[in-house]
Amino acid sequence: MSDLNKLTIAAARDGLKAGDFTSLDLTNACLTAIEGAGALNAFVHNTPDLARAQAAEADARLAAGDAPAMCGIPLGIKDLFCTKGVDTQAASRILEGFKPEYESTITDKLFAAGAVMLGKLNMDEFAMGSSNETSVYGTAVNPWKRSGDDSALTPGGSSGGSAAAVAADLCLAATGTDTGGSIRQPAAFTGTVGIKPTYGRCSRWGTVAFASSLDQAGPMTKTVRDSAIMLQAMCGFDAKDSTSANLEVPDFEAMLSGDIKGKVIGIPKEYRMEGMPAEIEKLWAEGTAMLKDAGAQIRDISLPHTKYALPAYYVIAPAEASSNLARYDGVRFGHRATLAAGDGIDDMYEKTRAEGFGPEVQRRVMIGTYVLSAGFYDAYYNKARRVRTLIKRDFETVFADGVDAILTPATPSAAFGLGEMKNADPVQMYLNDVFTVTVNLAGLPGVSVPAGLDAKGLPLGLQLIGKPWDEGDLLNIAHSLEARAGFVSKPAKWW
Amino acid sequence: MLDHLEFTSPEPKTIAGATDDWELVIGMEIHAQVASKAKLFSGASTQFGNEPNANVAFVDAAMPGMLPVINEYCVEQAVRTGLGLKAQINLFSAFDRKNYFYPDLPQGYQISQLYHPIVGEGEVIVDMAPGVARLVRIERIHLEQDAGKSIHDMDPNMSFVDLNRTGVALMEIVSRPDIRGPEEAAAYVLKMRQILRYLGTCDGNMQNGNMRADVNVSVCRKGQYEKFAATGDFSHLGTRCEIKNMNSTRFIQLAIDYEARRQIAILEDGGEIDQETRLYDADKNETRSMRSKEEAHDYRYFPDPDLLPLEIEQAWVDDIKASLPELPDDKKARFVRDFGLSEYDAGVLTADTANAAFFEGVAAGTDGKLAANWVINELFGRLKKDDAEIENSPVSPAQLGGIVKLIKAGDISGKIAKDLFEIVYTEGGDPAEIVEARGMKQVTDTGAIEAAVDAVIADNPAQVEKAKANPKLAGWFVGQVMKSTGGKANPAAVNALVMQKLGL
Repeated sequence: MSDLNKLTIAAARDGLKAGDFTSLDLTNACLTAIEGAGALNAFVHNTPDLARAQAAEADARLAAGDAPAMCGIPLGIKDLFCTKGVDTQAASRILEGFKPEYESTITDKLFAAGAVMLGKLNMDEFAMGSSNETSVYGTAVNPWKRSGDDSALTPGGSSGGSAAAVAADLCLAATGTDTGGSIRQPAAFTGTVGIKPTYGRCSRWGTVAFASSLDQAGPMTKTVRDSAIMLQAMCGFDAKDSTSANLEVPDFEAMLSGDIKGKVIGIPKEYRMEGMPAEIEKLWAEGTAMLKDAGAQIRDISLPHTKYALPAYYVIAPAEASSNLARYDGVRFGHRATLAAGDGIDDMYEKTRAEGFGPEVQRRVMIGTYVLSAGFYDAYYNKARRVRTLIKRDFETVFADGVDAILTPATPSAAFGLGEMKNADPVQMYLNDVFTVTVNLAGLPGVSVPAGLDAKGLPLGLQLIGKPWDEGDLLNIAHSLEARAGFVSKPAKWW
Repeated sequence: MLDHLEFTSPEPKTIAGATDDWELVIGMEIHAQVASKAKLFSGASTQFGNEPNANVAFVDAAMPGMLPVINEYCVEQAVRTGLGLKAQINLFSAFDRKNYFYPDLPQGYQISQLYHPIVGEGEVIVDMAPGVARLVRIERIHLEQDAGKSIHDMDPNMSFVDLNRTGVALMEIVSRPDIRGPEEAAAYVLKMRQILRYLGTCDGNMQNGNMRADVNVSVCRKGQYEKFAATGDFSHLGTRCEIKNMNSTRFIQLAIDYEARRQIAILEDGGEIDQETRLYDADKNETRSMRSKEEAHDYRYFPDPDLLPLEIEQAWVDDIKASLPELPDDKKARFVRDFGLSEYDAGVLTADTANAAFFEGVAAGTDGKLAANWVINELFGRLKKDDAEIENSPVSPAQLGGIVKLIKAGDISGKIAKDLFEIVYTEGGDPAEIVEARGMKQVTDTGAIEAAVDAVIADNPAQVEKAKANPKLAGWFVGQVMKSTGGKANPAAVNALVMQKLGL
């Protein structure tokens, strides 16, 4: 059977159970696709031997009739997840050669559910970036191109490798992480589905930390159904993460009824940004109409503190990052600079970190250090925390008023060209997160669903924001939107 | 219930400078290692003396993606400590990160509690002499991680790091500036150690560094402290210097004395004190600047996003409170009240729980005062001679109690009791049985004593004449009678009969 790598998780699961093919067949198809996709630079550490061994194991489980949801499904794993004995370097030079002696809770759960790891995926360094251009491995490349234009585009970031790999069918699905939009923006740029669950739904244990109060792992898949299946296997309470929620996990896939009659969808006026491209505006209106057609009730809502979200985010996230990244000091693991005679401990720190961290990471560590400094703490960090509370309250208010989910654009534009932002003010890059950061600040679930193509043939996504712990309901609304949008386009293979 | 004995405050220590009299103002931060088998956030062992880097979990080594999980027992211990110091227990507290780089701090930050400590205001009564004590107010107690150990002297070119201590739970107990002299400072540390040991929340082992103190010292002219006390305005006080990491009460006193005199000399020369951190050098008996205010770290404290705020239930606190042991002040007051002991003796016996429990075992069912004398003078003296601890005493409380009961009943004399104690100490056995078997019982039969007295008088006519002239010599007869009866005669009865027969 050919093109097994193009299957969805759901289709592969059914085929595996029916005995139409084996996990090894699936895995080999993906490994072959990966071999031919060097130009995308999506996979950065390949683990074919491990993949085949896991596939064989999955086949045995399938044969024995013991086949959990993800059994035999080949995945790509973002380089931010610690994988036992496998290179894990968060796309940073500072973790060069680091092979963890432990397995992250997310990958552990996926493996326990029978999933197969094909390798580690490219990303922005320490998940700091919106274009995958800050990676030590070089940029991952979007499999999509503008029609009639050969220039390479960004797959988005920070989970750019994950998005590129899923969109190009190098794997059936991938793990991503989302601190300010790092799952949803790349999903939108590549015509894939990505959900950031409620903060606390997925364990952060064993995932390299960027900003602890914002980081969440989530699935990046070809369909909403696949996201439901994969999220189910990833999430759940973990005693090793104090911020993990001890809550029952519902059967997300079973909640995909497609029936959203009577659901109240909020359209927040503050997301209608000055200078927003007409295409995005149009897509948003179309999405609104689709949900209305499906029986939802559309309501204009206000989230008044939205405009403060981006600045607050770019205080809080760097503040936490500056502290989280202090452990990369060259003492115990990863890169250590070669020292000159007479160099002391401070020289070791300075040289190691100067060599090990790229410019964007350095910028954020410095911003974070600054906003936490004596004399600036109240003006920046504490004010940002207060803003965060207000943003959270905005959402609580509309949900309390009966809104079930909120529809917004996922990104302010389609995928942009690699290198295009090279000389731009870093703030221009940060604007990519304008629709997504509010969700992280409020700890809510948010999903990006491909909803159409722009005039140049590039995919565009819409974002649905749900109530805390209501991923099932949110995915069901996303499923309905997906069905009505009928997005089936695939990038033309050029790599 | 008697809470504590009444006391008056001691005079503050005064140091005469060249021009003025100066008073000392001292506040302390005691770092007490929480008695717990596992670390504060990692579950790794806290066993002292293991091979370097044997007690290290991935969390302690700050491996990527590792997360802290609070050890509930350490929280319980901090609450217990707070209750033992009659302090406010905060049902809501939170952890903050204190950021700085050092190789023995793998995370690059220490998890501590700056903004919302688990324990608020409390107090300690620091005994200085019977009836004299200083009430020292506690400002707060917070939980935090200890750092590891950097070793710089094993290799000329390299430093080594031992992470065994990294992440071990500490309680930082912060006092108000209520301590007024070096002796009070030492006594404060010892009282704190005593309370923590009573509570079982810290083993108080200062030698291993399980309890150590940062000492803040300033000096002011007479009368200034009272202004501060009335207003809470620190500007009435001098600029303080912090002497770091002291783990000996003797050195604490020496360091404070040195530091106070150093500051006085500067002030009297018209200089100013720089607020700074200093280290005490015991070899030279001096304090040296470690870092000035300008060099002070900016720790960039902020709430640790890996940990939720720590919320505890009042009912849980109440349960811990109900399980608190009797504390030193209460025990001492009870010993004074119930056993009629002097405050001094009660203080000696309540120094630690083992002494107190031993004493209570001895005193059970007999004379408390007599029991106290025997425990303090005979037993402690004998143990000291052998360099032994009360826990290893060869004489049990029941045995010593037996001896005291024999004395109290008049069955043996004090002198015989000492012999008996030595027998029990070295050979063991039941005191009453030994007395019976070895014929040590005191003779109270007046007939037998009278016969012995008569015999001595009859044998020593010359002495009789001398004694009649000088009654002080009657004691010689008593001695002779005791000798002839092998010490078993009741001394009081002998004395009475001798006086009577000699007509004195």
